Amino acid sequence: MNPAPYHELLAERFTRHVPHIHELGIEMVSIDVERIELRLPYREDWLGDVVHRLIHPGVTSTLIDSACGLAVLARLQNPEPIATLDLRMDYLRPAVADLPLHCEASCYRVTPHIVFVRSSVWQSAPEKPVALSTAAFMRSTTSKKRVI
Amino acid sequence: MSNPFQIARNAARQHQDHAPLLALMPYARFLGVRMTERDGKPCSHLPFRPSLVGNRSIPALHGGVTAAFMENAALLHLLLAMDETRVPKSIDFAIDYLKPGRAEDTYADCDLSRAGQRVAHVTVRCWQRTPDQVIAIARGHFLLGATE
Repeated sequence: MNPAPYHELLAERFTRHVPHIHELGIEMVSIDVERIELRLPYREDWLGDVVHRLIHPGVTSTLIDSACGLAVLARLQNPEPIATLDLRMDYLRPAVADLPLHCEASCYRVTPHIVFVRSSVWQSAPEKPVALSTAAFMRSTTSKKRVI
Repeated sequence: MSNPFQIARNAARQHQDHAPLLALMPYARFLGVRMTERDGKPCSHLPFRPSLVGNRSIPALHGGVTAAFMENAALLHLLLAMDETRVPKSIDFAIDYLKPGRAEDTYADCDLSRAGQRVAHVTVRCWQRTPDQVIAIARGHFLLGATE
Protein backbone atom coordinates (compact mmCIF):
# COMPACT_ATOMS: atom_id res chain seq x y z
CA MET A 1 0.00 0.00 0.00
CA ASN A 2 1.24 3.46 -0.85
CA PRO A 3 1.06 5.46 2.39
CA ALA A 4 1.10 8.88 0.73
CA PRO A 5 -2.68 9.60 0.68
CA TYR A 6 -2.96 8.71 4.36
CA HIS A 7 -0.07 11.00 5.20
CA GLU A 8 -1.53 13.78 3.10
CA LEU A 9 -4.82 13.48 4.96
CA LEU A 10 -3.01 13.37 8.29
CA ALA A 11 -1.02 16.48 7.43
CA GLU A 12 -4.09 18.40 6.39
CA ARG A 13 -6.13 17.40 9.45
CA PHE A 14 -3.20 18.17 11.73
CA THR A 15 -2.43 21.65 10.48
CA ARG A 16 -5.99 22.78 9.76
CA HIS A 17 -8.26 21.00 12.19
CA VAL A 18 -6.35 20.79 15.47
CA PRO A 19 -7.30 24.07 17.14
CA HIS A 20 -4.09 24.70 19.05
CA ILE A 21 -1.83 23.72 16.14
CA HIS A 22 -3.80 26.10 13.98
CA GLU A 23 -3.56 28.90 16.54
CA LEU A 24 0.23 28.55 16.80
CA GLY A 25 0.63 28.34 13.02
CA ILE A 26 2.69 25.13 13.05
CA GLU A 27 3.62 24.15 9.49
CA MET A 28 4.24 20.70 8.06
CA VAL A 29 7.63 20.37 6.35
CA SER A 30 7.61 16.64 5.63
CA ILE A 31 5.82 13.52 6.72
CA ASP A 32 6.40 9.85 6.06
CA VAL A 33 6.49 6.57 7.97
CA GLU A 34 10.03 7.08 9.21
CA ARG A 35 10.16 10.73 10.16
CA ILE A 36 8.14 13.91 10.35
CA GLU A 37 9.34 17.50 10.41
CA LEU A 38 7.43 20.55 11.59
CA ARG A 39 8.25 24.25 11.54
CA LEU A 40 6.99 26.99 13.84
CA PRO A 41 7.50 30.52 12.45
CA TYR A 42 8.76 33.06 14.98
CA ARG A 43 6.38 35.41 16.79
CA GLU A 44 7.07 37.86 19.61
CA ASP A 45 4.38 35.97 21.55
CA TRP A 46 6.80 33.06 21.92
CA LEU A 47 9.22 34.94 24.17
CA GLY A 48 9.60 33.66 27.73
CA ASP A 49 12.05 36.37 28.74
CA VAL A 50 11.44 39.70 27.07
CA VAL A 51 14.65 41.20 28.44
CA HIS A 52 17.00 38.57 27.03
CA ARG A 53 14.74 37.77 24.06
CA LEU A 54 14.71 34.02 24.56
CA ILE A 55 11.88 31.74 23.44
CA HIS A 56 9.85 30.21 26.27
CA PRO A 57 10.66 26.51 26.82
CA GLY A 58 6.92 25.81 26.79
CA VAL A 59 6.76 26.79 23.12
CA THR A 60 9.48 24.23 22.37
CA SER A 61 7.59 21.63 24.43
CA THR A 62 4.35 22.22 22.58
CA LEU A 63 6.11 21.81 19.25
CA ILE A 64 7.76 18.62 20.52
CA ASP A 65 4.50 17.14 21.83
CA SER A 66 2.82 17.91 18.51
CA ALA A 67 5.64 16.42 16.47
CA CYS A 68 5.89 13.26 18.56
CA GLY A 69 2.14 12.59 18.39
CA LEU A 70 2.16 13.12 14.66
CA ALA A 71 5.19 10.85 14.22
CA VAL A 72 3.29 8.07 16.00
CA LEU A 73 0.23 8.47 13.78
CA ALA A 74 2.41 8.65 10.66
CA ARG A 75 4.20 5.47 11.69
CA LEU A 76 1.05 3.50 12.52
CA GLN A 77 -0.32 4.24 9.04
CA ASN A 78 -3.82 3.88 10.36
CA PRO A 79 -5.65 6.40 12.49
CA GLU A 80 -6.03 5.09 15.99
CA PRO A 81 -6.40 6.93 19.30
CA ILE A 82 -3.14 7.57 21.12
CA ALA A 83 -2.31 9.17 24.45
CA THR A 84 0.94 10.69 25.64
CA LEU A 85 2.21 8.83 28.70
CA ASP A 86 5.28 10.91 29.32
CA LEU A 87 7.53 13.43 27.70
CA ARG A 88 11.03 14.48 28.71
CA MET A 89 12.91 17.43 27.28
CA ASP A 90 16.58 18.35 27.57
CA TYR A 91 17.17 22.01 26.73
CA LEU A 92 20.65 21.98 25.27
CA ARG A 93 20.86 25.69 24.48
CA PRO A 94 18.45 28.61 24.63
CA ALA A 95 16.08 29.14 21.71
CA VAL A 96 16.53 32.72 20.54
CA ALA A 97 14.18 35.36 19.13
CA ASP A 98 13.64 36.07 15.41
CA LEU A 99 14.30 32.51 14.18
CA PRO A 100 11.75 29.75 13.51
CA LEU A 101 11.82 26.48 15.43
CA HIS A 102 12.17 23.22 13.50
CA CYS A 103 11.31 19.87 15.02
CA GLU A 104 11.88 16.39 13.65
CA ALA A 105 10.44 13.30 15.32
CA SER A 106 10.68 9.57 14.68
CA CYS A 107 9.49 6.41 16.38
CA TYR A 108 12.27 4.09 17.48
CA ARG A 109 10.18 1.27 18.91
CA VAL A 110 6.59 0.24 18.22
CA THR A 111 4.85 -2.45 20.27
CA PRO A 112 1.17 -3.47 20.24
CA HIS A 113 0.48 -1.11 23.15
CA ILE A 114 3.31 1.43 23.35
CA VAL A 115 5.25 3.61 20.90
CA PHE A 116 8.58 5.23 21.86
CA VAL A 117 9.47 8.45 20.08
CA ARG A 118 12.44 10.77 19.99
CA SER A 119 12.65 14.27 18.65
CA SER A 120 15.04 17.09 18.11
CA VAL A 121 14.44 20.84 17.88
CA TRP A 122 16.75 23.32 16.19
CA GLN A 123 16.78 26.85 14.85
CA SER A 124 19.73 27.64 12.60
CA ALA A 125 21.18 24.16 11.99
CA PRO A 126 20.01 20.60 12.77
CA GLU A 127 23.43 19.75 14.17
CA LYS A 128 23.00 22.44 16.84
CA PRO A 129 19.80 21.30 18.58
CA VAL A 130 18.15 23.56 21.16
CA ALA A 131 16.29 20.58 22.63
CA LEU A 132 16.21 16.80 22.51
CA SER A 133 13.25 14.82 23.74
CA THR A 134 11.97 11.30 24.30
CA ALA A 135 8.34 10.34 24.78
CA ALA A 136 6.18 7.27 25.24
CA PHE A 137 2.69 6.98 23.80
CA MET A 138 -0.03 4.50 24.60
CA ARG A 139 -2.04 3.01 21.76
CA SER A 140 -5.65 2.51 22.73
CA THR A 141 -7.62 0.45 20.29
CA THR A 142 -10.80 0.32 22.35
CA SER A 143 -12.07 3.83 21.68
CA LYS A 144 -13.94 4.65 18.48
CA LYS A 145 -13.20 8.34 18.80
CA ARG A 146 -11.44 10.13 16.01
CA VAL A 147 -7.76 10.76 16.39
CA ILE A 148 -7.56 14.30 15.10
CA MET B 1 19.27 49.99 40.75
CA SER B 2 16.49 47.46 40.39
CA ASN B 3 16.18 45.19 37.44
CA PRO B 4 12.78 44.56 35.75
CA PHE B 5 12.36 41.16 37.41
CA GLN B 6 12.98 42.59 40.87
CA ILE B 7 10.47 45.38 40.27
CA ALA B 8 7.88 42.90 38.96
CA ARG B 9 8.51 40.52 41.86
CA ASN B 10 8.00 43.32 44.38
CA ALA B 11 4.63 44.17 42.80
CA ALA B 12 3.63 40.52 43.12
CA ARG B 13 4.89 40.13 46.67
CA GLN B 14 3.64 43.43 48.06
CA HIS B 15 0.43 44.00 46.10
CA GLN B 16 -0.42 40.56 44.70
CA ASP B 17 -0.16 42.22 41.30
CA HIS B 18 1.31 39.62 38.94
CA ALA B 19 0.70 41.59 35.75
CA PRO B 20 4.22 43.13 35.62
CA LEU B 21 5.81 39.67 35.99
CA LEU B 22 3.59 38.15 33.29
CA ALA B 23 4.37 41.12 31.05
CA LEU B 24 8.02 40.03 31.04
CA MET B 25 6.90 36.63 29.70
CA PRO B 26 4.86 37.21 26.51
CA TYR B 27 4.17 33.50 26.02
CA ALA B 28 2.51 33.28 29.46
CA ARG B 29 0.26 36.13 28.38
CA PHE B 30 -0.39 34.39 25.06
CA LEU B 31 -1.54 31.25 26.90
CA GLY B 32 -3.68 33.43 29.17
CA VAL B 33 -2.02 32.41 32.44
CA ARG B 34 -3.21 34.09 35.63
CA MET B 35 -1.70 33.89 39.08
CA THR B 36 -3.73 33.32 42.20
CA GLU B 37 -2.99 32.08 45.70
CA ARG B 38 -4.16 28.86 47.23
CA ASP B 39 -3.45 27.94 50.85
CA GLY B 40 -0.90 30.74 50.98
CA LYS B 41 1.02 29.39 47.98
CA PRO B 42 1.17 30.80 44.47
CA CYS B 43 -1.08 28.91 42.08
CA SER B 44 -1.11 29.20 38.29
CA HIS B 45 -4.48 29.29 36.58
CA LEU B 46 -5.10 28.67 32.89
CA PRO B 47 -8.63 29.72 31.91
CA PHE B 48 -10.01 27.47 29.20
CA ARG B 49 -10.48 28.72 25.66
CA PRO B 50 -11.35 26.60 22.60
CA SER B 51 -8.04 27.25 20.82
CA LEU B 52 -6.16 25.33 23.55
CA VAL B 53 -7.74 22.08 22.36
CA GLY B 54 -5.57 19.41 20.76
CA ASN B 55 -8.23 16.78 20.17
CA ARG B 56 -11.69 17.98 19.20
CA SER B 57 -13.49 14.65 19.50
CA ILE B 58 -12.96 14.24 23.27
CA PRO B 59 -12.39 17.31 23.51
CA ALA B 60 -9.04 17.44 25.30
CA LEU B 61 -6.45 20.11 26.00
CA HIS B 62 -3.39 19.90 23.75
CA GLY B 63 -0.78 17.91 25.69
CA GLY B 64 1.78 20.56 24.79
CA VAL B 65 -0.39 23.23 26.40
CA THR B 66 -0.45 21.24 29.64
CA ALA B 67 3.34 20.84 29.50
CA ALA B 68 3.95 24.50 28.65
CA PHE B 69 1.56 25.70 31.35
CA MET B 70 3.34 23.52 33.93
CA GLU B 71 6.81 24.69 32.83
CA ASN B 72 5.61 28.26 33.06
CA ALA B 73 4.19 27.56 36.53
CA ALA B 74 7.62 26.27 37.61
CA LEU B 75 9.36 29.38 36.23
CA LEU B 76 6.87 31.72 37.93
CA HIS B 77 7.27 29.79 41.16
CA LEU B 78 11.03 30.27 41.04
CA LEU B 79 10.73 33.96 40.15
CA LEU B 80 8.39 34.52 43.11
CA ALA B 81 10.19 32.31 45.63
CA MET B 82 13.75 33.39 44.91
CA ASP B 83 15.55 36.61 44.07
CA GLU B 84 16.60 35.83 40.52
CA THR B 85 17.28 38.78 38.26
CA ARG B 86 16.24 36.92 35.09
CA VAL B 87 14.03 34.00 34.09
CA PRO B 88 15.93 30.85 35.17
CA LYS B 89 17.11 28.78 32.22
CA SER B 90 15.41 25.42 31.83
CA ILE B 91 17.82 22.49 31.94
CA ASP B 92 15.34 19.66 31.58
CA PHE B 93 11.67 18.99 32.14
CA ALA B 94 9.80 15.68 32.42
CA ILE B 95 6.05 15.35 32.47
CA ASP B 96 3.85 12.33 33.20
CA TYR B 97 0.30 12.55 31.88
CA LEU B 98 -2.16 10.85 34.22
CA LYS B 99 -5.33 11.62 32.29
CA PRO B 100 -6.45 13.82 29.40
CA GLY B 101 -7.04 17.46 30.25
CA ARG B 102 -10.70 18.33 29.78
CA ALA B 103 -11.95 21.44 28.02
CA GLU B 104 -11.98 23.30 31.34
CA ASP B 105 -9.91 25.65 33.47
CA THR B 106 -6.62 24.14 34.61
CA TYR B 107 -4.48 24.85 37.68
CA ALA B 108 -0.91 24.11 38.71
CA ASP B 109 1.09 24.48 41.89
CA CYS B 110 4.74 23.80 42.55
CA ASP B 111 7.17 22.72 45.20
CA LEU B 112 10.75 23.83 45.29
CA SER B 113 12.32 20.50 46.18
CA ARG B 114 15.84 21.80 46.15
CA ALA B 115 17.47 25.16 45.60
CA GLY B 116 21.22 24.93 45.38
CA GLN B 117 23.68 27.63 44.40
CA ARG B 118 23.34 26.88 40.70
CA VAL B 119 20.44 24.52 40.18
CA ALA B 120 16.85 24.34 41.42
CA HIS B 121 14.62 21.28 41.29
CA VAL B 122 10.89 21.98 41.02
CA THR B 123 7.95 19.57 41.03
CA VAL B 124 4.65 20.62 39.48
CA ARG B 125 1.17 19.24 39.98
CA CYS B 126 -1.56 20.09 37.49
CA TRP B 127 -5.26 19.56 38.14
CA GLN B 128 -8.77 20.46 37.05
CA ARG B 129 -11.87 21.11 39.19
CA THR B 130 -10.29 20.06 42.51
CA PRO B 131 -6.65 19.57 43.56
CA ASP B 132 -7.15 15.82 43.91
CA GLN B 133 -8.15 15.51 40.25
CA VAL B 134 -4.59 15.57 39.01
CA ILE B 135 -4.12 15.40 35.24
CA ALA B 136 -0.31 15.56 35.13
CA ILE B 137 2.75 15.74 37.34
CA ALA B 138 6.13 17.04 36.26
CA ARG B 139 9.56 17.94 37.48
CA GLY B 140 12.34 20.06 36.09
CA HIS B 141 15.81 21.38 36.74
CA PHE B 142 16.51 25.08 36.29
CA LEU B 143 19.75 27.01 36.22
CA LEU B 144 19.96 29.80 38.78
CA GLY B 145 22.07 32.91 38.84
CA ALA B 146 22.77 32.77 35.11
CA THR B 147 24.99 35.61 33.99
CA GLU B 148 23.92 38.12 31.38
